[in-house]
Amino acid sequence: MAWVDTVVQGILLGGLYALFATGLSLIFGVMRLVNLAHGDFSILAAFLAVVAVQVAGLNPLAALVVVVPLMAGLGWLLQCAALNRLLGRGLLPAVLVTFGLSIIIQNALLETFSADSHGLNPGGIETASVRLAVVTVGWFPLLTLATAVLVLLALQLFIGRTALGRAFRATSDDRETAELMGIDHRRLYALAMALSLGIVAVAGVFLGIRTTFTFASGPDRLLFAFEAVIIGGLGSLWGTLVGGVILGVAQTVGAKFSPGWGVLTGHLVFLAVLLLRPQGLFAPSRRVG
Amino acid sequence: MTLLAVRDLDAFYGDFQALFAVSLDVVEGELLAVIGANGAGKTTFLRAIAGVLPVAQQAVRFRGRAVGGRPAYELAAAGIALVPEGRRIFPSLSVEENLLIGAYRERPGSWTVARVYELFPSLAARRRQPGTNLSGGEQQMLAIGRGLMANPILLLVDEISLGLAPLVVRQLYEVLRVVTAEGTTTLVVEQDLSQVLQVAQRVYCFRKGTVSLTGRPRELGRAEIAAAYFGV
Repeated sequence: MAWVDTVVQGILLGGLYALFATGLSLIFGVMRLVNLAHGDFSILAAFLAVVAVQVAGLNPLAALVVVVPLMAGLGWLLQCAALNRLLGRGLLPAVLVTFGLSIIIQNALLETFSADSHGLNPGGIETASVRLAVVTVGWFPLLTLATAVLVLLALQLFIGRTALGRAFRATSDDRETAELMGIDHRRLYALAMALSLGIVAVAGVFLGIRTTFTFASGPDRLLFAFEAVIIGGLGSLWGTLVGGVILGVAQTVGAKFSPGWGVLTGHLVFLAVLLLRPQGLFAPSRRVG
Repeated sequence: MTLLAVRDLDAFYGDFQALFAVSLDVVEGELLAVIGANGAGKTTFLRAIAGVLPVAQQAVRFRGRAVGGRPAYELAAAGIALVPEGRRIFPSLSVEENLLIGAYRERPGSWTVARVYELFPSLAARRRQPGTNLSGGEQQMLAIGRGLMANPILLLVDEISLGLAPLVVRQLYEVLRVVTAEGTTTLVVEQDLSQVLQVAQRVYCFRKGTVSLTGRPRELGRAEIAAAYFGV
């Protein structure tokens, strides 16, 4: 039974990783950009929630109402003011900008919030649990996984069923021809970045509720998100969920053998996938959605 | 009335100049053909007036407005639709979605998915399949249908005949004749003269990036066209 419990906890942890990975996957799918500051943006969102809690006395979950639009707006601004200017100059300049942003965000957080660990307390739900058959699961990890599934479902419907989602897929296929259809890819990219940072803001706040974090927690988040995306298959949204779950289970199972092995086991599984199936488990026929 | 007026248009790929002072008028309601050998600058010309290539603002006037160098998405919204060389069907989109994306700017007009299916019944049967699963001829139909879905004022079609059987090419030109007769001004670029000279009302011949001949196909002699085309 202990093993079942380990695997279930891993699946739930995978929900959080999927939430981190979704925005990364979306941005890569739409504009072929790896946002190296993705993890730092999630931590920035967690700190914004800390401020909202301190200043307005909000519950961290309620703070999402403020933090998510703020981060989405920041994503829009980032794309319009910086990344869109680098289009057509190859992949490297934009990646370097996100690398620089990662460093800037970390140092700004260090200056503002010191190097102390911070946490978010939603008032009870983080420790409440429910007994399901043979295992006990926490309400909050369950909520996290459910949120990840809902976000992916909404994104899937958006990309698969709406005119704007169609424009995302067309632009991802062939930007020049999409422009001939009247699609302004700069606006579309700004929207994608807004969505991406809005989603990772949720991930950052959930992370802050689950565990403590510091200004330097971002790069680890980026690494796990990146691994989840690669395991699942680049650009496949549901693959991202499965990738997150596989990574989560690998980490909890590894930690079961020895507490220090959790993260390592996750990396090893990631490496194994890279070696045996480099296109990921769900290499999509279409690149987004 | 002149719909599109091109004056002294130069176009470049980097340091390479592909068009030299090209002037051309498209009259409202006509089916105009630009012919020329490979490398004459025909595709470059279409890409320049569709906004894909940067050109001087005054070189292109559409409905009296100087639009040279405006981005392609803006010109698409203004009513210029380009059916690009090689079809460029979106592989991630189904046949029907490829049509719907043509209407992205929601320009008013009579073209709908249903009407395109009427025009090309074989597309209707395969509406749910990925657009790139179709045969070459059907993909060309889809590309034309996608262009029509924009309800364009000016439809630009690049090299319809590329890689297609003569019978299919004849059908497609017949469709373009009907489309033009119904009010959409059409400019086609073509290398293969067998079909296009039968349907075009006026023709421009390009050679080495300049206009070498212009007139009505019926009034131009074969030798005259051959000379302008090949430069002999």
